[in-house]
Amino acid sequence: MGEFRYMGHAMPYLPKDGCTGKLIVIEGTDGCGRSTQAIMLKEWLEVQGYAVIDTGWTRSKLVGQAITDAKQGHSLHRLTYCLMYAVDLADRMEYQIIPALRSGFIVLADRYIYTLLARGVARDADKQWLRDLFSFAVQPDLVFYLRLDVKDLVPRVLEAGKMNYWESGLDMNYGDDLFDSFIAYQTELIEQFNLMTQEYGFHTLDAHQDPRTIQRQLRRAVTEYLQQSNYPAPGAAAAPTQNLKSQI
Amino acid sequence: MDSLLTPHHYSGKLIIVEGIDGSGKSTQLQLAMRYLQAKGLRPSFTEWNSADLVKAITKKGKKKMSLTPMTFSLLHATDFAHRLVHNILPPLKAGLIVLADRYVYTAFARDVIRGCERDWVRRVFQFAPRPDLALYFNVPIDVSVSRLISGRAKLKEYEAGMDLGLAGDLVSSFKIFQGRILGEYAKIVREYGLTEIDATQSIGEQQQTVRRLIDQTLADYKPQTPQQSVA
Repeated sequence: MGEFRYMGHAMPYLPKDGCTGKLIVIEGTDGCGRSTQAIMLKEWLEVQGYAVIDTGWTRSKLVGQAITDAKQGHSLHRLTYCLMYAVDLADRMEYQIIPALRSGFIVLADRYIYTLLARGVARDADKQWLRDLFSFAVQPDLVFYLRLDVKDLVPRVLEAGKMNYWESGLDMNYGDDLFDSFIAYQTELIEQFNLMTQEYGFHTLDAHQDPRTIQRQLRRAVTEYLQQSNYPAPGAAAAPTQNLKSQI
Repeated sequence: MDSLLTPHHYSGKLIIVEGIDGSGKSTQLQLAMRYLQAKGLRPSFTEWNSADLVKAITKKGKKKMSLTPMTFSLLHATDFAHRLVHNILPPLKAGLIVLADRYVYTAFARDVIRGCERDWVRRVFQFAPRPDLALYFNVPIDVSVSRLISGRAKLKEYEAGMDLGLAGDLVSSFKIFQGRILGEYAKIVREYGLTEIDATQSIGEQQQTVRRLIDQTLADYKPQTPQQSVA
């Protein structure tokens, strides 16, 4: 258990041994509270004394900005969309994730390949091609899926700002207007996440719950996993129930 | 299932050239383009690693030497996908002739030598249509090196595989790297049925062969009238 491995096809030139860290992923659609939970979890783990690095899509030095820029334009196609995200992950994998795992860190990923698998399928990309493309990804040790229905997603997204072009799948003509497209596109994404739940062994958490409740469930599951997998506990453990200052 | 092994159904024709740097393939393709233009056809042309979408990224990555075999390969795939969608498929579907200087086989050769898995690279490029004519210009390393050195100011770092640390100087590294690529091409030629051309022959001799092969490829081709090709 917890042995370092790739999802499928590897990066053969990278040494595989000596990765003692853990990769924990939090997945879910837009507006499910994922990022808030990831930030709280990281802080809590650090309070416990665990070394954590966080990562997420478009944070690579190589193409992070380029993806953001390309999404302002209108030349992205589902192939280039998926491929650019793959570059982003590959760059982070080699310069950030694998080095951190090798140093024994907990890597906390706010979204992982599952988001791209869902988005790719929602854009009619070939399922097998998507899996092959992202098969260089390191197999996560734990994947949490914050599950939310589309009807509960809408008020959250509107509260947070507005429905954006990509989150509404407007590039794919999912509906007549922004709202209809958002509903249809997000419904498809949720459907894809639900389909992947079993295949990839997601720990599904009900994202309708109070954020503190969700956080408690996350902490409990992470603690259990770390104990089971004999991940070295930090020497001086802090009080388990720490008040969190920042909750973005 | 594999698009590269089954003919495409577009009314246009896709003609591509492959070979190591200094094999003379670009020269041959330029001459082939003149030949087609003289026939009144309007071939469109596309070349490896030229999409605006990724050009700046690759340049930045090369400059900082931060590209890894995987990111390099995936950037090539992004570049190719972008050109496929914007420059290759529209004319092919419109019934035009598309000439491509390098195709996915370049990635199959180079990226594998850089350390990516052979099978993975092939799967990533699975969306590529099979060319109607794929010409491979086969040349020994020494010939290509002398062509490159006489024709250009200096060899380029990534073209010489300097990122792999094979040798301290450009020329030695180029020879080792391109030598390995030749070996990989030999496999690809068999696997995908590329047509091999002896690139040690004179330019004129090679072009004769190229034109004969193009004529064969276009035997069943119905040219589009200029009005149609504009629309």
